[in-house]
Amino acid sequence: MLLVVAEQRSGSLNPVTLETIAAAQTLQQPICVAVVGSHVGDVALELSSCDVSEVLTIDDVALEPYTSDGFVVALSQVVEQERPEMVLFPHTYQTRDFAPALASRLKSSLIADCVGVTSKDGKLLLSRPMFQGKFVAEVVPVGTAPHFVSFQIGAFRADSLKRVTNAVKTREISVSVDPSAIRQRPEDPFKEAKQAVDLTQAERIVAVGRGIKGEEHLPLAQDLAKALGGELAASRPICDSGWLPMDRQVGSSGQTVAPTLYLALGISGAIQHLVGMKGSRTIVAINKDADAPIFEVADYGIVGDLFEIVPALVAALGD
Amino acid sequence: MKIAVCVKQVVARDWPLRVDESATWVRDSDASFEMNEPDAYALEEALRLKEKHGGEVVVCSAGPGRLRQVIREALARGADRAIHVEDDVLATADASLVARALSSSLRKENFDLVLTGLQSDDQGFGQTGVVLAEQMGLPHATIVMEVDVDEVEQGRIRVKRELEAGWFQWMSMATPALLTIQSGINQLRYATLRGIMAAKKKEVRTESFNDVSEASYRIVGLHAPEKSKKTHFVEGTPAESAATLVRLLREEARALR
Repeated sequence: MLLVVAEQRSGSLNPVTLETIAAAQTLQQPICVAVVGSHVGDVALELSSCDVSEVLTIDDVALEPYTSDGFVVALSQVVEQERPEMVLFPHTYQTRDFAPALASRLKSSLIADCVGVTSKDGKLLLSRPMFQGKFVAEVVPVGTAPHFVSFQIGAFRADSLKRVTNAVKTREISVSVDPSAIRQRPEDPFKEAKQAVDLTQAERIVAVGRGIKGEEHLPLAQDLAKALGGELAASRPICDSGWLPMDRQVGSSGQTVAPTLYLALGISGAIQHLVGMKGSRTIVAINKDADAPIFEVADYGIVGDLFEIVPALVAALGD
Repeated sequence: MKIAVCVKQVVARDWPLRVDESATWVRDSDASFEMNEPDAYALEEALRLKEKHGGEVVVCSAGPGRLRQVIREALARGADRAIHVEDDVLATADASLVARALSSSLRKENFDLVLTGLQSDDQGFGQTGVVLAEQMGLPHATIVMEVDVDEVEQGRIRVKRELEAGWFQWMSMATPALLTIQSGINQLRYATLRGIMAAKKKEVRTESFNDVSEASYRIVGLHAPEKSKKTHFVEGTPAESAATLVRLLREEARALR
């Protein structure tokens, strides 16, 4: 049996869970989906339309709000009771916070950020990026089950998920969680500042990465954005350096965009960036490194010096 | 405040990577190496905490002899001393083995805080810190943006965590604790000449590590990613390629009017 750990916050399902269920469905094995938290009935009901064997609810007041200690204690009991072959997670920040500890407590370790899974003669083969996406590694789990695996966001499509017309049954699993044993005291989540720029509405985006080298070169990209009638955006390192405000960041920790045209200047294409823009209709990459991962998602590419090409582009657009 | 910072040595970002003969790792015998960038932010945060609250910063690294380079770099930036858990197998080991190597030596001292980077630039599992916390029995927080030492309630810290999609959360816990530091939360300092000279006199303790336990996975192949799209590479001088690209975007992709 495969156990998919759903992600929810305050009673609303994180839809990336559906991608993980879709990944599990490719393996042709019985699937259980576990929903952990407090008052998770609605989320369980929502998931009961998926083509799985069962939805398991693990409902305890000590599990809301999320803490890694609470989740590790609860899920280690679930895994010991249900004895799945594999435990699957969407590779979210929350998964990154508790799943490695859960796997470690159960004498295993998490094979994180996988982009593919196949099963041949009962043997699992996982693929996952390494060296910042420059390579893909084929990985075989070793040792006794369960194996713990997380899937990169966007690697499987939620719209390929198989559904059923009659809701699958839901079963409650009782676990014992001692609230006094939870060492983290979380406060309410908050948003930093009002997002001034809504990149998701932009039809064309010019995004800059490390290749822009210095803040003083930003006007170059700004000129191109203006010539295209688009917005200026950036990869994380640029916003971290304070060259552009955080609300212009595209990627897993910033905004997820899908414009008509996405033009990446000097962006190598770390996974964290790609997940935020690979849904764009047309992607253009300009980079000096022909092996940069950004070209894997690019429709058009120019290998060369952006400091020469961008002014030429601005000129060409004016013609 | 006594702080341990775990750092890893990885192949330099700008080194042209090629797959090795075994097709399970990269050819790194002649590569240039550097401190894993996310770990550099953890080191910087530790140095800032020490400057504010006093104490000691101890850098801890697990791997082959060559990683003395990153230890020297960390000492030159201001760490007080270092622990090197030396074993060649650690260069490509999984997170649980690396964490066991680190915890075997960290356990011998009473650290108030253990800091790690968010993930490594090579294997990128992003879990050594969390596994290390679990092995050492410490509470942890991941993807930390800010660290406040609670002055009122002694022995507690309050940290700001980054969640997804622009959300954040403050969380408090007792020390000793382990934090994985988000990259980019501070401005990295460079080693000064004085720092480099001072580093030569700083203590580096080498420890051996004997653990034959099996990893939980095996890499059976390493290859360049398959392209999800066929990229049309536009060639020529900057002016030519720019003109061609604009034409293609207008006429073929219809992404421009």
